Order: sequence, then structure tokens, then C-alpha cells
Amino acid sequence: MTHVLDPDALTAGTPPRREPPTPYADVTRSESAFRAFLHGLPGVDQVGASSRVTMLGTRSIKTTAKAWAIDTAISMVDLTTLEGADTPGKVRSLAAKARRPDPTDPGCPPVAAVCVYGDLAGIAKEALAGTGINVAAVATAFPSGRASLAVKLADVRDAVANGADEIDMVIDRGAFLSGRYLDVFDEIVAVKEACGDAHLKVILETGELVTLDAVRRASWLAMLAGGDFIKTSTGKISPAATLPVCLVMMEAVRDFRAATGRQVGVKPAGGIRTTKDAIKHLVLVNETAGPDWLTPDWFRIGASSLLNDLLLQRQKLRTGHYSGPDHVSVD
Amino acid sequence: MSSVFEYAPAPESRSIVDIAPSYGLFIDGEFVDGTGEAMKTVNPATEEVLSEIAVGTDADVDRAVKAARRAFSRVWGPMRPADRGKYLFRIARLLQERAREFAVLESLDNGKPIRESRDVDVPLAAAHFFYHAGWADKLEHAGLGPAPRPLGVAGQVIPWNFPLLMLAWKIAPALATGNTVVLKPAETTPLTALLFAEVCRQADLPPGVVNIVTGAGDTGRAVVEHDDVDKVAFTGSTEVGRSIARAVAGTRKKLTLELGGKAANIVFDDAPIDQAVEGIVQGIFFNQGHVCCAGSRLLVQENVHDEVVAALQRRIGTLRVGDPLDKNTDIGAINSAEQLARIRELSDIGEAEGATRWQPACDLPDRGFWFPPTVFTDVSAAHRIARDEVFGPVLSVLTFRTPDEAVAKANNTTYGLSAGIWSEKGSRILAIADKLRAGVVWANTFNQFDPTSPFGGYKQSGYGREGGRHGLASYLASEDGQ
Repeated sequence: MTHVLDPDALTAGTPPRREPPTPYADVTRSESAFRAFLHGLPGVDQVGASSRVTMLGTRSIKTTAKAWAIDTAISMVDLTTLEGADTPGKVRSLAAKARRPDPTDPGCPPVAAVCVYGDLAGIAKEALAGTGINVAAVATAFPSGRASLAVKLADVRDAVANGADEIDMVIDRGAFLSGRYLDVFDEIVAVKEACGDAHLKVILETGELVTLDAVRRASWLAMLAGGDFIKTSTGKISPAATLPVCLVMMEAVRDFRAATGRQVGVKPAGGIRTTKDAIKHLVLVNETAGPDWLTPDWFRIGASSLLNDLLLQRQKLRTGHYSGPDHVSVD
Repeated sequence: MSSVFEYAPAPESRSIVDIAPSYGLFIDGEFVDGTGEAMKTVNPATEEVLSEIAVGTDADVDRAVKAARRAFSRVWGPMRPADRGKYLFRIARLLQERAREFAVLESLDNGKPIRESRDVDVPLAAAHFFYHAGWADKLEHAGLGPAPRPLGVAGQVIPWNFPLLMLAWKIAPALATGNTVVLKPAETTPLTALLFAEVCRQADLPPGVVNIVTGAGDTGRAVVEHDDVDKVAFTGSTEVGRSIARAVAGTRKKLTLELGGKAANIVFDDAPIDQAVEGIVQGIFFNQGHVCCAGSRLLVQENVHDEVVAALQRRIGTLRVGDPLDKNTDIGAINSAEQLARIRELSDIGEAEGATRWQPACDLPDRGFWFPPTVFTDVSAAHRIARDEVFGPVLSVLTFRTPDEAVAKANNTTYGLSAGIWSEKGSRILAIADKLRAGVVWANTFNQFDPTSPFGGYKQSGYGREGGRHGLASYLASEDGQ
């Protein structure tokens, strides 16, 4: 208990904590200050948030607006494979699909990134050389995040060394749910440092946080710690991305930019399988945070099967009739 | 609005509705000519004339009341309650089957967005018939005496803001309790009531049980003042309500009035701010603010005033004003030139009295009746825009410092129809709700309606309740004749 008398005892010898951006520089000065800040964020009414997304879900996106939305959604896809059975061949095949999602139509835009495990980042990097398509790698003991900080940082450095342009990390949900917010903060800061030039996406795993209040707190925590993107889910936990969760995260990035001037991106991942779902998300972005977020630099959709549905709908708009699953490639 | 993601027009087709060039009165199961000079009903979004509508005279009203009396004493009154319920179920199902038709017609005649007529007005109207259909054979268990009896002929006069829904609020409980009806729709919005007449025929409802007499103020007066009417139900302005109360005073007629409002929507500093902003928008801009229970006075705690107003203005900037038939429209047309003039007048007075007017940049159509969503800040409780019912998309923002002050200001109105409370603290919600003199208090939501929930006001917002078990009482006499 000596540190009660000597507040510096615990931190003596360790470098000072990186400060969040103004005007929030002092909120991480102590565990209790950080807790007070995060718990002082306005609450989220679950019923109200659900009815808001239900209303936005009734937006009718037709003709030219639909064509724009489909192409935009394709360009925002992080085409993902995160299986134990992944092989270099599977990754190369995915990279080919990422470059030309619809081989019958050169007008179809490429996706934003290919998302793989860190050990396959080099394969993906090679296959995507010169395309402008990024390689995203999941790291930090994905998906559970249960490993020591040293192992997580090694995981990140390895992925970056393999060529990853973007790192998708998971937060320590155990620490978050038990109220050790500064531990989560410090870990994100350390991962961000280990990323070097690579962009950092912070996965909140909202399916394990459960309440929208917790989603709002975790979003702010990740933004304050320097995350470039906040991401809903690993895809390994159900529910993954839901519209109310995405609503709360879009509100968070909107309010954070208004307060600090720094823009943070959002990536819903997992569970978005149809064009209709994707368009609902774009409407939500448009009417919550606004059009500044409607580019692949600020909004991504983590998905695997979604891309084929987008392609089928795109073909339907172009030709006037539905084709079928054999008119798009299986991966 | 966004320039990157422009929503292409998504108009609901109007081909589903078939509007006749002219309509007569629906009396004794038949459409008959009116003896008055016909009036026109227009589409308020375009000023296009939709149809010519018969105007009922005293003689026409007398014919309708006689038909209703005959139906009451020979058919509807003696009918087995379970059979009355069957008719109501049939009407409810027909409303659902023809929902799109009703929604399009309502938006054409009233100017409200199709999203609201489709998702709110028509489904709720059907729900009212379903709900009351269930009551028809269970009235002795409603806690209103062992053998409650119908009153006889109900004369009902309804407003233009929710034409079909107000019809359902009136007709469903009247029929379920065994009464027959003479209903006068609003002068500017008669079309869905006339389509409802067609549904009554389709449901084989016995002639005379429902009679619909269109017209303006004189026709309404004839309905209310007819000697053989046993029950008067009115929804509309406080001014007309007062004259009806005078006309009915001293007669045997039972009366319910659902009149104006100037509801307070109270936002505490611990509110879920984003949802509160949605609730404020829903409270005042739903149906262009043509809602008697609209949350037209925003009472916001002073320490979050700037934050809430900024968030509100940003949100209002995303509202889509325009073609009511476009599925993406949030705010449609003002119902009539007369109402538009009143909204303009009160808004100008607000500015002249020193309040600050804010409106988003929005393009309004050249033709038709339009008013942009409007927020007044720096409003004092003494200003007319804080006291008078505007009945339009105009919000007055006032502040308070303590819960007691919030209650005092919320109750400081001649009305008492509804109120809203926004707070994450349950105990505060219950404590404040107890002190508000308003018929409906919403907590962390606004403008939610359900047939099981009684609706009605305090003070100059009227008396009597509609909906729920309480609503049945207005149409029944108990053993002691009360």
C-alpha cells in the first residue's frame, strides 16, 4: 500500500503514459479519472437506438442511388478469410478476386483490402503488389486476445514485417468488463506503437460487451488511445455487426471528431451478408456521421460472402435480370 | 443533405387508388347525393383538385341520424355481441388487405409522408378495430358494471391530421359497444373516410350502422346538435370544442372532447442524448407537427442546452422535406393554406417577440403548402410561441435548472394532453411523471400510440379517454343509467 502515500511509486521507472488528444489529455491521469470520464458519457437507450435503425432501414434506395451504393460498398469491403485451414493458395485466390471481383465487367471496382492472419500477410502482399489494395492482418492473439502483452506485440510486429498495411487488433475484453480501463488503453497505445506506419483497427468485439453503453465507452477508449479505426467484431462471436451497434459507433466517431478534430474510421464486420444489409449500413453512415465517412478510407465492411451478393445485385442492375450463384466465383 | 449519396426518387405509385370525380354522402349503406353545394378536396402537396365532395345539410344529417337510429334499434343493438365482433374483425382485416390503398390515399389528401401513413396511420387504424373487436362480447367484464348498455346513436366529428386513424379511434369503440354512428370527417380530408365507407359495404356491415356525412363546420354543428344523437365525440381545436360543450350543455348527450395541446418534452442532463434528440424530432416533426399531443415545448436542462440544441440542429439538417409519396420523405406538406397561414403568423410573432428562429437550408416545392422544420431558441415562457398551439413543425426551446422548475414550467399551460421525460434515472422519471398534469406521459420516447392505452387530456385539452378499457366507458351506460 505504499503507493497510496507515494503516488509515483508505481509508475517510477516506466515512461509516462501517452496522453489522449485535447481536450481529453487529462482523462487518463488515473484509473478513477478514466472510469469517471467513460461512465460520464451520455447513456444509450437501447429501445430508442433500435427504433432509429429500424426507421433508417425503411429508406428506399433505388436506381442510380442503388448503383452508387453497390459500387461504394464493393470498394469498402475488407475481403476476409480467417480460417485455420487457410493456405497460400486460398489467399492468392482471394487476392485475385479482390483485384477483379467481377471478371466479366472491368468497370467493377476492386475491394479495399484483403484481411488474413499475420503469417499469410506476406503471401497476400505479394499477390496484391501494385494494385493499391491493402493487406490487413489480424493480430494480438486474435480472436480471444488472451495472451501476454509481449506475445501480442510480437504478433503485431511479425504481421507488419510480413507486409501488413493494416493491423486489426482485439481489445482485452476481460480487462474492459472488469473495469481495468487503463490496462486496455495502455495495450492499445503499445500496439499502435508496434504498428509503425501500419493503420490500426481496434476490434471491440461488441458481441461480448453486450450493452450499447459498453460499446460507446469502448469506442471512446479506443479512439482516445489512438486507434485509426474502430471495428465491431472478430466474426467469431455472435452477434457480430448489428445496426444498433454500428449506430452507436458512428455517433462516437462523429462526436469525437467534433471535439478533437481527429477523424476515426468504422468497420462493422461479421454478419453483413446481403446487399440490402450493406446498403442499410451506408444509409446509417450517411445520416449519422455524414458523407465524410462514405469512403473506403473511413468506412469498411469486413465480409466474405457479402461480396458475391453485391456482385449479383450489380449484374442485375446492369443487365436487368438476376443471374445465379454460378455467375460469380466461389472465393 | 449529403451530396455524395443522393437518394434517387422512390415514389409510391398512386395507381393503386381510384379517386372518383365526385362523392356523395354515405347514408344507410348507400352513397347518396348531398343537398348542399359540393366542395373540393385538394392535394396539399400540389394544390391539384382530387375530387368534389358532397356537403351535408341539416336535412342530410337528419336522414343519417334516422338511419343510424333505425339500425341501432332494429339490427345493431339487438345483435349478439359476438356477431358484432365478427364484423369488426372483418373490417380490421379489410383495412390490412387494402393498407397500401389507404396509405396512398391518405398521403394524397392529407400531405403526410407515405412512410408515416404506411407505417403508423393505417396499421394503427387496423389495430384499433382488432382491439375493439375483441371487447365486443366481453363488455360485462370490463369493470363498467354487470350489464353495460350502448347509448344509441353517436355523432362524431374528427380532424384532418390523422383522418383514417381518428375515424378508427371513434368508430371502433362505438361499434364494439353496440352504438351506431354518424361521422363527419374533416373538410379538407374526407377521402379515406369515404373509402372506409366502401370497406363497410365490403364487410356487409348492416346499412345505417355507419353513416358518413362530409362537409364543413355547419355540417359538424348539425351532427352535434341533432336531437336524436345520444353521444357526441369530438377531436379538434379547443375553440370548436368549447362551442360544442356549450351546445351540448343541458341535454342528455354524453360528451367527450379531445382538443389541443402544448406538450412539454423535458430533457434532463443525464438523458441518453442521441435518443433524446430523436425523440424531440419525433415529438414535433412527426406528421408536420399536426399532432395535438406534439412535444412543441422543449424543456432542456440549462447545463446541456447548447449541446442538445447543436445536436438537434445537426439532426434536423438531415430531415428530408418534400413529395409526401416519396418513400424517403420525412416531412410532407402542410394540410391547408389556412393552416400554413396560421403557422406563418405565429412564427412571425415569435420572432417579433424576441425569440431566435432557426431553419435548415432546404428546398421547398414551388406549388403546394410547405413550411420548413423550425426551432425557436431564446424563448421565454411568456412568449406566444411558448403558450399557443402552433399545430405545425415549430419547436420552442426553453430551459430549466432543477426538477421542480421543470415540473412548474411543464404544467404552466392551459393544456394538459401529453408530456415527455428524458432521463437515464428511473426514479426521477417516476417522480416527475407523478407531478405532470398531462393525460399521457412518455418516458424516453414520444408519440407512441397503442389501442390498449387510454388517451386524453386535462384542462383545455378536453375530457374523456379514447382507447383501452377507459375508452369503452365513454360509449356505455351502466345499470344506474349513468
